[in-house]
Parts: sequence; structure tokens; C-alpha cells
Amino acid sequence: MQYMLLIYESSGRKLGPTEQSQLMQEYVAFTQDIVKAGKFKAGDPLEPTSTATTVRVRDGRTITTDGPFAETKEQLAGYYIVEAADLDEAVSIAARIPGARSGSIEVRPIMKIGG
Amino acid sequence: MAPLALEQFYREEYGRILATLIRVLGDFDLAEEAAQEAFVAAVEQWPREGAPRNPVAWITATARHKAIDHMRRDGRLDERRREMLRLVIEDSAVRARNDPDTQPTDERLRLIFTCCHPALAPEAQVALSLRTLCGLTTDEIARAFLVPPRTMAQRLVRAKRKIRIARIPYEIPPKEVLAERLAAVMAVVYLVFNEGYFATQGKTTIRSDLCAEGIRLGRILRELIPANAESEGLLALMLLHDARREARLSADDEIVLLEDQDRTKWDRKQIHEGLQLVDAALRSGPVGPYAIQAAIAAVHAKAVDAAATDWAEIEALYAYLMSIQRSPVIELNYAVAVAMANGPEHGLRIIESLCARGELDDYHLMWAARADLLRRLGRWREAATCYRAALARVAAESEQRFLTRRLADAEARVSQRPDD
Repeated sequence: MQYMLLIYESSGRKLGPTEQSQLMQEYVAFTQDIVKAGKFKAGDPLEPTSTATTVRVRDGRTITTDGPFAETKEQLAGYYIVEAADLDEAVSIAARIPGARSGSIEVRPIMKIGG
Repeated sequence: MAPLALEQFYREEYGRILATLIRVLGDFDLAEEAAQEAFVAAVEQWPREGAPRNPVAWITATARHKAIDHMRRDGRLDERRREMLRLVIEDSAVRARNDPDTQPTDERLRLIFTCCHPALAPEAQVALSLRTLCGLTTDEIARAFLVPPRTMAQRLVRAKRKIRIARIPYEIPPKEVLAERLAAVMAVVYLVFNEGYFATQGKTTIRSDLCAEGIRLGRILRELIPANAESEGLLALMLLHDARREARLSADDEIVLLEDQDRTKWDRKQIHEGLQLVDAALRSGPVGPYAIQAAIAAVHAKAVDAAATDWAEIEALYAYLMSIQRSPVIELNYAVAVAMANGPEHGLRIIESLCARGELDDYHLMWAARADLLRRLGRWREAATCYRAALARVAAESEQRFLTRRLADAEARVSQRPDD
């Protein structure tokens, strides 16, 4: 069963260059781990919300605005799609994501369509 | 089987039967539907044909057949499933014939952990536990928690849907998380009991039906996890509190404080069971918060009257409780024990330091305790101020009335001695 793990980071913290590269290394190690375990399906870091654009189509008009969908204290920083037997396994994978220590990971089941 | 006996049988066995069916069928809703239909069949057939020799096996087997009918109608009964079900049914049937008490207690353990999974909202955990383990109807649970039945029904539907779609596993948690998951289960059980013991909203002070369900859940838990200080402690705590039920309200439905209660109205049999469990808990070790709170309740239960209460021991127990689970509310209770053991001014000092730290400012009982200690010291003006603060924060009507009387008393004293 597949789950999407959405990584939300607190936007307040600013990391220095050493902290940044340390964090990157941890993500690389984590990703390699779950690839080896056959759990990894997809995953990417996202560019910061300052680079985001929001698109809505209303009454046939395309409305484009600068910024993320919602300005919240915690912002979407990346995602993984993983294979897990049940929610407990998905949660234990999510708990190992480096971002979980300071931010929040949302665990969402991926909807199965068709048969 | 007489109707009353059947209802008792339902209450006692529903949880166990449902747990087994969920295990076999792998589906909460299907299991519930099948179980309900099987009980309906029992109500129709048993008065006519007499109760079967193994009623639990009869219900379980009937439910499994009802489930197969459902799955066949829904087109969910493919060949692979049919084969799996056949093997499981045969296996269970063989076991049922060989051993009348065939349901492994494991099944209810799985059920209770699943109902109390942290991925479910706390209100959903409570509702699901009462529904599946105690066999309460949706209406009964709605009434107990003062929400409209429709709201409660939706709460249950959403919870079961989440279990299915997010795939919350129907398993006993692995060793690494067992302790914290068990703590969550106990919190749910104690919440049910407390809701009944001192209803926080509205008119009735005691809803003994919820206390009974809390105790029932506590018994199930203790049966499933024996020789465990916390499961023994939790059950002991609930029994000892509940034993005072008849003495806690006056004839006019007003609160009677522990120190004023008529102890002849306490349920001695329940106290005896509670005390035995406290002893067992202390032997089982390691002791946790429930066992210690039960030990505190035991000190009260053993005192022949309020004056005979060993407050020094209660103070020591609270101090120990604080060392393993510090919280402002526990510190408040500690302050009261210190006051009773050593004099009001000593307890007051602790409460004042709690206030200075900004703790418990919204908690009416903190203000009530502070007012009470000031009252004992004859500091009426300050007591009145604190009673007013408590009244501004209290929700339950019987508590409101109690505090209003105390405030009136304090104000009368102030006007008697206006220079204080």
C-alpha cells in the first residue's frame, strides 16, 4: 500500500551552510536506506515557498498569484512516496525523515482507483 | 434463554465475539453487521429452541455465515477469499468443538489497541472502545457524552473509515511502542470513567453507567494484561473512587466533600477488591502513576473517618508521583496533601508559587483549593476573591452551587469583620 509523506518545515528557522549540508547528508542516507529496503517509490525536495506560484481557474479565467497555496508557519518542503504494509509502518518510516525532528510529516494514503 | 439473561450475555460477550470476527473477516463494518445480525437471530431462535450449549460459538458461527452472505451479495467473495474463509472457518469450528472457551483473549487485546490507536482522534478512540468492547449503542454513547446521536454516528463512521482507508493495523503493537500504546489505552479507559465519575458539563454529577463501563474496560484490560502494576492500579483506582458513589451526593443532589462523607455508605466489597488490587500492583511493579494514585485512594479508603486519614502518607505518595510524572494538577493535589498534613499555610505557599508561574490559571479547582486554604486560615476577603475566580471558571452546575455557597459564607464573614 502506498503513502505520500509530506514534509512540512517550520519556516522560522534559518540554517547556516554547515547545518544545511549536514541535513542534506542525513536525507541522502535516509533515502538510500529506504531504497535498499524496497520502500522508496518517489521523493524530492522542493524549492522554497518564495518560488511558488498558485494557479486557479474560475469561470474559465486562469488566475495566477505569487506564493504558496496558504501562508502558514510550516511550509511544504518536500515529499516521499513509500510502499508500506500498514499505517504503523508508514509512520515509522516518516519518523525517520530528518525533517520530522523539527517540523511535521503528514502521512496520507494514496487512493487506489479502478481494480 | 430469558430476555434479561440474553442481554447480559450480549453485554459480556459482544466485545470478545466482535474481536474474533474482525480478525477473521478483516473488516470492522462487516464484522459489526454480521455480529448484530447473529444476535438478532439468537433473540428470535433461542426462546423457541432453547439456548445452545456453546452460545459464543453459535453466535460466532452464525455471524460468519451472515458475513459470507454479505460478501457474496457485494460481489466481494472471489475464489481466493472463499477458500481463505473456508479454511479459517473450519479451523475455528474445530477449535470451538474442542474447547468451549475458545476465543483467545488476544483478540480483544488487538481490538482495544486498534480502537485506541493514536492516529484516531481521542473522542473517536473513546467512542469506538465503548461501541466495540462494551457493546453500547450509538445512542447510548451519544447520551453519555452529551452530543447529538447523529454527531456520534458520524464520529464512529469516520473512525472506522480511517481504520480501513489508512490501513490502521489490527495488531498488538510491537514491543518498541507497546508501553506508550498501553498508556494511551489506559488514558481512554480512565477518561470514560472520569466522565462518569464527575460529569464536567450540565446537570447530573454522576453518571454511574459510564463509571461501570470504565470499570468494565479496566477489567478487560487487566484480564488481558495481568500482573501489570498499571493495569491493576487503574482498576483499583476506579473501584476505590466508585466505591464512594453513594456518599458523594446529598439527598438534594449537592456535593458532599470527602471529609464530610458518611463512610457507612461506602461500598465495602468494592473497597476490599480495590485494596487487594493495590497490594497486587505494588507487588507486580514497576509502579506507575495509576498504581500510586490507587495507593492514595487506598489511604482514604482505610481511614475509619476523615480525622483518621494518614495525610503524611498521602503527602509522601504525591511527592513520589511528582517525581515520576510532574504536572501542575498533580502538584496542586500535592499542595492540598501538604496543607492537610502540615497546616494550610504550607500548602498555600505551593499553590501561590504555581500561580506565580502562570500555571492552572484557568483551572477552577486550583482557585477553589486556594480559597479553601485561605478559608481555613480565616483570611475571608482573600478567600472570597478566590471563590469568585473559581466560579468564573467552573462548568458543572453542582460545583457552581457548592462554590456559590462557600462564597456567600466568606462574604458574610468579611462583612462581620470589615477591618480584616
